Amino acid sequence: MVISNTASRPPTAGATRPERTTLDALEAEGIHILREVAAEFRRPVMLYSIGKDSSVMLRLAQKAFAPGRIPFPFLHVDTGFKFPEMTAFRDRRCREVGVDLIVHRNERAIAEGTNPWDQGTVLCCARLKTRALVDALREGGYDAAFGGARREEERSRAKERVYSFRDAEGQWDPRNQRPELWNLYNGCIRPGESIRVFPLSNWTELDVWLYIRREAIPVVPLYFAEERPVVERHGQLIPVYPGTRLRDGETPKRVLCRCRTLGCHPCTGVIRSSARTVDEIIEELLQVKESERTTRVIDHDQDASMEQKKREGYF
Amino acid sequence: MLQGAALNGDDRSIAGDREALEDPVAAFERAPLLRFTTAGSVDDGKSTLIGRLLHDCRAVFRDQLLAAEEASRRIGNAETDLALLTDGLRAEREQKITIDVAYRPFATPRRRFIIADAPGHEQYTRNMVTAASTADAAVILLDAQRGITLQSRRHAFVIALIGLRSIAVAVNKMDLVDWSRERYEELRSIYGDYLSTLSLQPVFIPVSALRGDNIVERGSQAPWYSGPSLLEYLETVPIERPDLDGPFRMAVQYVQRPDSTYRGYSGALASGSVRIGDPVGVHPSGRITRVTSILTPRGETDAASAPEAVTLTVADDIDIGRGHLLASPDDPPLELTEFIATVIWMDDAALDTDITYLMKHGTRTLRARATEVLHRICPTTLEPEDARTLEMNDIGKVRIRALQPIYADPYADNRQTGSFILIDPGTHQTAGAGLIEGAAPRRGEATHLVRHQGRVTNAMRQRLFGQKPITLWCTGLSGSGKSTLAAALEETLIAAGNACVVLDGDTLRYGLNRDLGFSPEDRAENIRRAAEVAALFNDAGLIVIASFISPYAADRENARQIIGSERFAEVFVDAPREVCEQRDPKGHYAKARAGLIPEFTGVSAPYEPPLEPDLRLATDRSAVAELTATLMRFLTENGYIAPEVEEDPNAPC
Repeated sequence: MVISNTASRPPTAGATRPERTTLDALEAEGIHILREVAAEFRRPVMLYSIGKDSSVMLRLAQKAFAPGRIPFPFLHVDTGFKFPEMTAFRDRRCREVGVDLIVHRNERAIAEGTNPWDQGTVLCCARLKTRALVDALREGGYDAAFGGARREEERSRAKERVYSFRDAEGQWDPRNQRPELWNLYNGCIRPGESIRVFPLSNWTELDVWLYIRREAIPVVPLYFAEERPVVERHGQLIPVYPGTRLRDGETPKRVLCRCRTLGCHPCTGVIRSSARTVDEIIEELLQVKESERTTRVIDHDQDASMEQKKREGYF
Repeated sequence: MLQGAALNGDDRSIAGDREALEDPVAAFERAPLLRFTTAGSVDDGKSTLIGRLLHDCRAVFRDQLLAAEEASRRIGNAETDLALLTDGLRAEREQKITIDVAYRPFATPRRRFIIADAPGHEQYTRNMVTAASTADAAVILLDAQRGITLQSRRHAFVIALIGLRSIAVAVNKMDLVDWSRERYEELRSIYGDYLSTLSLQPVFIPVSALRGDNIVERGSQAPWYSGPSLLEYLETVPIERPDLDGPFRMAVQYVQRPDSTYRGYSGALASGSVRIGDPVGVHPSGRITRVTSILTPRGETDAASAPEAVTLTVADDIDIGRGHLLASPDDPPLELTEFIATVIWMDDAALDTDITYLMKHGTRTLRARATEVLHRICPTTLEPEDARTLEMNDIGKVRIRALQPIYADPYADNRQTGSFILIDPGTHQTAGAGLIEGAAPRRGEATHLVRHQGRVTNAMRQRLFGQKPITLWCTGLSGSGKSTLAAALEETLIAAGNACVVLDGDTLRYGLNRDLGFSPEDRAENIRRAAEVAALFNDAGLIVIASFISPYAADRENARQIIGSERFAEVFVDAPREVCEQRDPKGHYAKARAGLIPEFTGVSAPYEPPLEPDLRLATDRSAVAELTATLMRFLTENGYIAPEVEEDPNAPC
């Protein structure tokens, strides 16, 4: 439960209730959730997507289990279309921190050449992300998986619980969620069932960056502005990588830009930006007029896209 | 096109332009968080009010507004329906209703907010209680035209029950009554009187969510109203959580043991503060120790206070594990087994006084029964009436019997140590939410118990016996070989000079447990008593070999909690049922098959095998001697007994 400190009451004798910020309260809530899951579940795993939210979760996990090691492995679902910078960062970070990293790919779909250009984003996502994720969780026998989703991101996520119950197929039923009272989470499941857990539920994008600044958390360099080759498509700036399929008449141009969210490079737009530091990103966020998920092509492939993907087992 | 006040959705910035601050980042970082819930009947305009609040606070991104505009057009509205900013699920947008509690953050330069938005139609109580349980304040909507409905009174009742004291009543749709002061005053007088019977002193605000009057900016429509706009109210209402200033309470969540030198107890402070050197009481053992270090997210500190998440170390080597409560010894919690609670029922299946529910209280999950419904609140009169059960959305007073004592405070004093949930053991649904009132009137039971503490320590007993006490909890089907193994191990241990005792299910049922049968409840009580006995033997320094079918995982978990996880090892004596049935040393299977023994594990009652036992012994594959050796190795390797000395051929016999 996030509780903000009240400065209006005089402290009781012997009690010291120091001034604490909302970020401190969010941090405490996240740590509480991580510990609760580590204690109550047999095989938790952290979904590590390499982005800023995962980086914050990693730091929370370090703090939650200090001075010991993080007591669960990290799982990255690799589609083969992740930015190369992300993979390099992932391997370096996990080595530095000393976490067990599991990388899972839907090898069969990758071998069959699944890609967003030929099959479309809906099918590509279903195979390389959702299917791969559900398979990885089942193969690992994981009964709880942490994700970095925040309620402010998308309107169907506003309805998520902190403990989000999934049936044996990993599916979400928004009409049949367990009520979540105080900070008493109901973690009772049967073999095969699992929960997805969102320790950053109540954080905003700005909280994430303020925490990255306060804690000096390393993030993938793609978040910082640089001149990068891009093509413009449906109002999105799509970065050009080796393997990016260009359409007729498209010529890459160099634009000063950065990623606001990280995903697969064919489906993640960049934004025009000159923010080269965390401070500058924070300044930029105060002015920004679009939500962060606008740069995710997959959120817009159908109405209620995110809801549909979540029902099927996506985070 | 949006109707009403001019809107420029382009101009979103967190700082907004209502108050130019020099450093909006610093303002955001400093802004305290107010969590509030909204309550209103269907058609009171709640989604519109929230949409308006978000929109006028510039908390809506351009793409989100565009999506709402498009959705409005699709459902045939010429004007953008701000309610669509908040109705998150496709079914809601199609049916124009809100399905479930939604949580939305937004910020102004003064404060940050999380709205917990509970729908007003079906399941209103369940959703409102859920939303209110994490809130500091509430906004209740009244429809100026329709007036006060039964729903409006229920909303206030639930908000008062959950303990919220900062309440704003937004009298909405004032534009439809031509901003009539008389109408507003009439509603204020009637509803205000009702709320004062609940000890609530709300602030009334006349608004039009549709037009935006008095939501963020004060409108010009009601010159007779001089109070704050809704947002001004939310930005200035004191954020009060007096229970956080109560005596020190911390439920242990997790034990950190990175190496043999460090043992830390992690948890979030539910109330109060703690300093290095402070004495803390440990419950259930009742022992008192001192805090030797405090690790917070910012590193080592001298003191911490609620609601920080910390890891403490203490001076004494005493049993502390998950589910234990650390508390101020000067102001200890109540020890409760039979207690009275207000329960809000949330499940399709009505409260059943014959079921043993799982109860989550703090960081503990234990078994509990709702033994008697004392009354329920009539949903129409909101007065207590006789009832035998509680149905979905009912609120009532219930007598609860926990199968082990809990350490708690009245909900009125502490929202965290005073609340619990009941979980259906079959469906795992969260079936009820409970607010603890206090101990139930006793029926001839002992009161004023004080734990006696002598000066002999565990370390002294360990030196005496040359061993560390442990309970080996052997679970398995009847005929799996538990008793055979227990007897063999006992012999081996005694021969090696270790003090031990066998606790056997059948033996206990001849004496201590002879009043118990084989229903799930009686099995639970059987295991609870056995675990208490094992704990006493362990306290005395003995190694306990406990041999119980103990078919339910929850009962075994209970035993682990009673005995203490540090000296509890679950041994799964595993043999296929067919093998056990073939062995049938006591002839039980044959009788059960003949229908002579009801509720016989493996035949007519379930066995839940341990998922991760400390040891698994397959008695159909290995000989008794081999399995006994495995058990001895387990005890040696984990330091419970000294390694066997090489036999010295010259030693005197």
